Amino acid sequence: MLQRIYDWIDDRVDVTPLWRDVADHEVPEHVNPGHHFSAFVYCFGGLTFFTVVIQILSGMFLTMYYVPDIVNAHASVEYLQSDVAYGMIVRGMHHWGASVVIVMVFLHTLRVFFTGSYKKPREINWVVGVLLFFIILGLGFTGYLLPWDMKAYFATQVGLEIAETVPVIGELLYTLLAGGEFIGAQTLTRFFAIHVFFLPGALLALVAVHFIMIRRQGISGPL
Amino acid sequence: MRRGKGMKYVTDSRIPAREHRMQNIPKDYSEYPGKTEAFFPNYLLKEWLVGAVFLIGFLCLTVAHPAPLEREADPNDTGYVPLPDWFFLFLYQLLKYEYAAGDYVVLGTVVLPGLAFGALLLAPWLDKGPERRLSQRPIATAMMTLGVISTIYLTWESVEQHDWEADAEQAAMDDEDIREVDQSHEGYEIYQEQGCISCHGDNLEGNPGVQGPDLYDLAYDVEGVAEISVNGIGEMPGDMFDGTEEELQILSEYIVAGGGANEDEDVNGDDEEETEEDEENDEEDA
Repeated sequence: MLQRIYDWIDDRVDVTPLWRDVADHEVPEHVNPGHHFSAFVYCFGGLTFFTVVIQILSGMFLTMYYVPDIVNAHASVEYLQSDVAYGMIVRGMHHWGASVVIVMVFLHTLRVFFTGSYKKPREINWVVGVLLFFIILGLGFTGYLLPWDMKAYFATQVGLEIAETVPVIGELLYTLLAGGEFIGAQTLTRFFAIHVFFLPGALLALVAVHFIMIRRQGISGPL
Repeated sequence: MRRGKGMKYVTDSRIPAREHRMQNIPKDYSEYPGKTEAFFPNYLLKEWLVGAVFLIGFLCLTVAHPAPLEREADPNDTGYVPLPDWFFLFLYQLLKYEYAAGDYVVLGTVVLPGLAFGALLLAPWLDKGPERRLSQRPIATAMMTLGVISTIYLTWESVEQHDWEADAEQAAMDDEDIREVDQSHEGYEIYQEQGCISCHGDNLEGNPGVQGPDLYDLAYDVEGVAEISVNGIGEMPGDMFDGTEEELQILSEYIVAGGGANEDEDVNGDDEEETEEDEENDEEDA
């Protein structure tokens, strides 16, 4: 029955090549830790993606309780943390996941760099990867403010003061991020929008480009 | 059309099959000697096993260390010593050095990070040679190693220099140590005017950010407090007080009475209110 449903769809939209392309590619020996244990360094990219998926899923659940305004933000996080079933685990995953993503991206970058994998023809993918790294740092920065506790507020103040020192565009940059002269209600909603919509959108688009290029170009050969 | 099941689409505008496209696809992995493995399902299954182990470890971490939450943001508490998330510490630490701060702050905030991250972004064009082995591209290897070591060093220094005890104290969620003092008292006015408030807080609760202790249940008598107000003690500088003798007397009495909030003395008669609050706090603790 399932086979017939599949065939019916496949007859019309030709989906088989889509997944066969992913399924049939071969994993070469030199990146397979099953053959050479040292090849575990090739896992960092995959683990980064895995943690990013954790971040997206846990973040989706966090927004079910989180309220992005300065009166309720802290209370909603506290409620989520202390009263909601498994809220502590979900927030814990999102909190620690942020650090794990950074560590994994760092290791992945070092692996790609030290195996010289960014060289022709993979230059563009390296650039996309570094942009992804910046986006992840941006997600870390904007997400830090959202619980609206002391550390969040004052770390963001320091961050925005650093942005303000940039010559020429510094003050514009500050106003753009803070949404005004002071860090307050506008800043929190802005950071929420950036953290939940703008950056994840950019992240997903670039991750797609990153993966399509890997499928196109293959993993770099053994050293 | 040779793909899929060979069906024909009306006005087929799909990308032509591989044979007709330009060949920019690298050699098949079978060209490399060794044992390749199909991604699906062989390799994916192993990946999932590793992923499951990773997930269990990660969940153990989240259970063992719940995500921290400090008290609600209070923009007026300027004594709070800020600390960014750990992965920004290297940048934060860089700005503490003389030639990356003050007049040179642009060097620390734009030039140095810009050069480092710009070089990272443009690495494929800075290191164009075909060699991939570390030993065959010493400059690229050296630069990256330098970058990694400085980042780790700066992060390490930042962690080392941060006062973690004060951090834990200023971060505390519960404010049971803060008592309501009598802010309409004459003594409180003097307390404000003489600037005591900036280090000892709105409610005499102290300010760990500037090492100001709380002033509840002090071990000094009125004269002792008066003397400290004038001469200072420990971290507290002298000559802070410049009012009249009379004001000094009122201030000292007020402080010794804990602003009317001391537990053993009841100067202003609002002991009842205080007890209620203590009970509330106890409930929260439980």
